[in-house]
Amino acid sequence: MSANVELDDVWIRFGDFVAARDVNITIEGGEFFSFLGPSGCGKTTILRAVSGFLAPSQGHVRIGGQDMAGIGPNKRPTALIFQNLALFPLMTVWENISFSLEVRGAGKAERRKKADELLELIALPGQGDKFVNELSGGQRQRVAIARALAAEPKVLLLDEPLSALDLKLRQHMRTELRSIQQQVGITFIYITHDQGEALTMSDHVAVMSAGVIEQVGGGTNVYDHPESAFVASFVGENNLFSGKVSKVSADRATVETNVGNLTAATPKRSNGAKLKRGDDAYVFIRPESLKFANGSNSFDNTIKARIVQQEFEGNLWQVFLDAAQGKHIKMSMVNDGQSLGYDSGSEVALGFPSELAVALPRGPLAAE
Amino acid sequence: MIQYFQDFFHRHGTALSIFLLVTVGFWIFLMIVLPQAFMLDFSFRFNLPPAKVGGPEDVYTLSNYKFMVYGSAGNPDSFNVIDVTVFFRTILAAIFVTVFDLALCYPIAFYLAQVAHGGWARLMVLSLIVPFWVNEILRAFAFRIMFGSNGVINSFLITVGIVDEPIDLIGANIALYAGLGYAFILLMIFPLYNAIESLDKNQIEAARDLGSPWWRIHWRVVMPFAKPGITSGCTMVFMLSAGALAAPQILGGPSSLWFTQIIYQWFNTGGNWPRGSAYAIILLVSCIVLVLLMMRLFKVRLGEIGR
Repeated sequence: MSANVELDDVWIRFGDFVAARDVNITIEGGEFFSFLGPSGCGKTTILRAVSGFLAPSQGHVRIGGQDMAGIGPNKRPTALIFQNLALFPLMTVWENISFSLEVRGAGKAERRKKADELLELIALPGQGDKFVNELSGGQRQRVAIARALAAEPKVLLLDEPLSALDLKLRQHMRTELRSIQQQVGITFIYITHDQGEALTMSDHVAVMSAGVIEQVGGGTNVYDHPESAFVASFVGENNLFSGKVSKVSADRATVETNVGNLTAATPKRSNGAKLKRGDDAYVFIRPESLKFANGSNSFDNTIKARIVQQEFEGNLWQVFLDAAQGKHIKMSMVNDGQSLGYDSGSEVALGFPSELAVALPRGPLAAE
Repeated sequence: MIQYFQDFFHRHGTALSIFLLVTVGFWIFLMIVLPQAFMLDFSFRFNLPPAKVGGPEDVYTLSNYKFMVYGSAGNPDSFNVIDVTVFFRTILAAIFVTVFDLALCYPIAFYLAQVAHGGWARLMVLSLIVPFWVNEILRAFAFRIMFGSNGVINSFLITVGIVDEPIDLIGANIALYAGLGYAFILLMIFPLYNAIESLDKNQIEAARDLGSPWWRIHWRVVMPFAKPGITSGCTMVFMLSAGALAAPQILGGPSSLWFTQIIYQWFNTGGNWPRGSAYAIILLVSCIVLVLLMMRLFKVRLGEIGR
């Protein structure tokens, strides 16, 4: 059983500080939804408003169509997985998992049975009698998931639960979380500052900055069609060129930058705003969208640059270049078994098609 | 052992090491072990005039302990009714005071440790500490006035109309329990506060999120975590209540006697130090045994209290 979650005109203020500003989002039942943003952007605040630990200063939180105002966290159909997991150290694993059943007054046999079932689901059979401190980080992670699922929530809330794990385990747990979500079929709301996590697991991602939802969409949508300078600079890597708009057409804008005129797509923005001639703008182009322009191909944009450094990463070549006025450019090329054909110090021309670049109005960028 | 001392000296330097060893040694041996050893020795001796001390009559005996249990030779009862009754009543009363203090202090300690913030928390702690600048005797007599038949409490109850006649709060030992309970609240609050303060707030929120009502959060999460603090607070309050003298002397009802008052009488008015020592040792050992039994029952190890 899953439920949808609606955030309707939600504002959350702490004194003069606005932690969440006019948040309007509908999260469909059964989907994996992520809030992605840097620390301090208000994403945890929103999670706490959904779980009931915090009341919005204004607006409504609805779960399954029901307004949650005045309903405490212990009465909501949500379960929260904490960043530090918050497992109970003085209880065994099975007591941890079945705590919500204990609360409902279930007998010991029933609780044990449910705990064993869930231990099976999280691939830790037979570990119920251990204490939490006898488990590894990844195992604790799974126990926390099992404990939350035991409450049979309609919505599972996850507050950066993978952040304490090492890289390998984190990647493994992403896959596992996604598969658990598909098995149990309930709504997952996931909070993270790691775009890799958000993009790999989620059906939809909401990118947040300074209390504001910048963009909501599928992973590819957010990555390929950012609607604000913040999203473009926060999600994935991007080369940025700033300048003034010199020409606009239906879906393209040309920006005069210090490396020359660059033409880029102008995405439809949800607030309807369009670039106009003379506006301050940024052009973003992804490192993997840049190619060497060498006569055999032609691009509607080219940039002259000098190769400074090349890094070999196995599957990728990372190429660092300097363009006019010391502008740094990064370019990624798939390693196809052939050498790049250029040495460091070579003067080259880079090209990219305008549809792979985006032109956006100048605005706040993500901190490096 | 030698290795250990070498490391100790190496780590702290000669001067500090000698200072630490001498002061701690002095404290443990001269202030704790030696006097208690004298008391223990005393308790097994007859009460002899100074001239006969060290003479042929100065031998070890169990008579002082026997007296506590069976009374004097002419005692018509099968055991020493007064002393034994007072002893058990004292222990029970001390347990009552301990439980009362725990019930009173746990919510306060929890509030201070997990809920209150900044200035408000500091103000609360201050208002708990400052009243203890008033010395014990003064406080006890102030309680006596307050709980007296013309005292504030009775006047209030009569004015409000709850009772018609003043209640004998001192005779009913209410003043005594209130006085003892109040005297030791800090000794209960601070260990509890220390224990609860180190509890991760997320633990409480997690339990709440999993549907737990507030009482179960305390029962299953906070209290098990605070068990060492609860034990150390209860131990101190119990020991000090059972061993209190001034409060029972001043606030106790005319019919009630605290076991320490009997001990005091043997030492002071009775001039019988050996018997007083035996009584004191009985109280000490009983209290220790009771505390250890309780710790066993609640599965607390001695080492945990030190934390």
